[in-house]
Amino acid sequence: MTEGQQRIPILRMGKCLLVTIQVDLQDQTALALQDDLSAKIDQVGASGVIIDISALEIVDSFIGRMLAGISGIASVLGATTVVVGMQPAVAITLVELGLSLQGVKTALNVERGMQILAGTIDEVDTSGD
Amino acid sequence: MSDDLTVIGQILESDRAAVLQDWLGEIRATAGLGASTKTLNADTESLLKGLDKGIKSGQDGTHLDGTAWEALKDALEELSSSGAAQGISAAQTSAVVMALKRPLFERVQARLANDPVRMASGIWTVSTLVDRLSQFTLATYQKTREAVIARQQQELLELSTPVVKLWEGVLAVPMIGTLDSNRTQLVMESLLQRIVDTGSELAIIDITGVPTVDTLVAQHLLKTVTAIRLMGADCIISGIRPQIAQTIVHLGIDLQGITTKASLADALALALKRGGYIVTRAKA
Amino acid sequence: METKGSIPLHGEADIVMCRQTVRKLAQEMKFSLVDQTKMITAASELSRNTVVYGGGGHMRWEIQTEGIRNALRLWFEDKGPGIPDVEKALTDGWTSGKGMGIGLSGSKRLVNDFAISTVVGQGTSVMIARWK
Repeated sequence: MTEGQQRIPILRMGKCLLVTIQVDLQDQTALALQDDLSAKIDQVGASGVIIDISALEIVDSFIGRMLAGISGIASVLGATTVVVGMQPAVAITLVELGLSLQGVKTALNVERGMQILAGTIDEVDTSGD
Repeated sequence: MSDDLTVIGQILESDRAAVLQDWLGEIRATAGLGASTKTLNADTESLLKGLDKGIKSGQDGTHLDGTAWEALKDALEELSSSGAAQGISAAQTSAVVMALKRPLFERVQARLANDPVRMASGIWTVSTLVDRLSQFTLATYQKTREAVIARQQQELLELSTPVVKLWEGVLAVPMIGTLDSNRTQLVMESLLQRIVDTGSELAIIDITGVPTVDTLVAQHLLKTVTAIRLMGADCIISGIRPQIAQTIVHLGIDLQGITTKASLADALALALKRGGYIVTRAKA
Repeated sequence: METKGSIPLHGEADIVMCRQTVRKLAQEMKFSLVDQTKMITAASELSRNTVVYGGGGHMRWEIQTEGIRNALRLWFEDKGPGIPDVEKALTDGWTSGKGMGIGLSGSKRLVNDFAISTVVGQGTSVMIARWK
């Protein structure tokens, strides 16, 4: 990896994109992720995005806004985002911090996240008929 | 290094064994047999060794800081913890240390009999030194007892709010007693951890055993529910008695769309329904 | 164990370093996981403010023993533009969710002790502390 530029890999599983955040993110990296994801959603025509934050020990307001941002952008591009694996200490701190992460769907783990996305796709399909 | 400490150093150098015996004798006489712990002989001996080492080093012993005084500090802590653990009172532990004064006084007097000014100064130094040792022992004793109490409190807290699995994917926490900030924190943390560990998507917090709900308690509950939702699970609050329901409305507390049920049974029924379960009774 | 130190806060990488430094300190002091998380998160917010709004500066840290309890105290200091209306910053940011405010008011809630001193045109110093 080139010095100074971390980049988070984005995996594709069918119409879903999976991002696993495992490093202590620099602000730049978070912004780069936002850009990369938006591009990829568009490129692939993704309908769902899962962001796995189970390895994140700290979620501050910057990361929080990044997650909400991705969720919003994805939504405009026609994809649903689910943030999974939030650690208890992180949840407690976010509540105290006053960050509501409104509009961001969450699930306990990747499996549940996928179930939510599957459910949403079904909904969209039936209502589209 | 002051002359006085030098004298004490010399006494410990030449007379250590005798000082130890006299000290043990003094302990039996003043602090009583009740102060004798199993390790008393070893503890007192280590103490004298540590004191000797510290004085010889020349390092300032006013606060027992510095590496030269480590051995003495360790010995004092040993003495104190043995006492605290074996149920010996703080007063007795202190008396054990104080009993060191007489053996040292006697020897200072003997050595400086011809120099009353130095003798007075020497005795004063012994007195303040032993006082300091005693204070240190008391402080350690207190810390040990406080640690024991804190640990017991923690265990009590944990025992009184267990997180139970009601059903596949459904956890319940029966809250009993007054909900203070400390308690709610603890419950919140263990509940959230269990949610992650078991992958349960629903938590039921039952407050049947909570006597009053005021704005503060409501705030604590709300924070807990918000955290649960942030993680991707959901929460039902059950056990809301009519009086509490009235209080909530009167205080204008906004439950922000949290589902509430009067009883734990109702909450369980709802949980099962959400989970897609239908309960039927087998034919008798 | 060292009881005080200081780290520079000039760029993004420093914000990450700040989090790592505070984590190490909080772990050494044996804070509970939740308390560690709160402290590190508050440090992250304030160090970002220093870098982004304060024009860079540093974080001083000190481990203090106050009687029976141990405290971890952090000062985030810069010689930047200062904050004209602190009261407003503490509440405004909270409502707009943008800028330095949410970090400032949020951090206050994550710690046991909080103090801010700022002079327009001279700089800002924010102190936070958690004790065990």
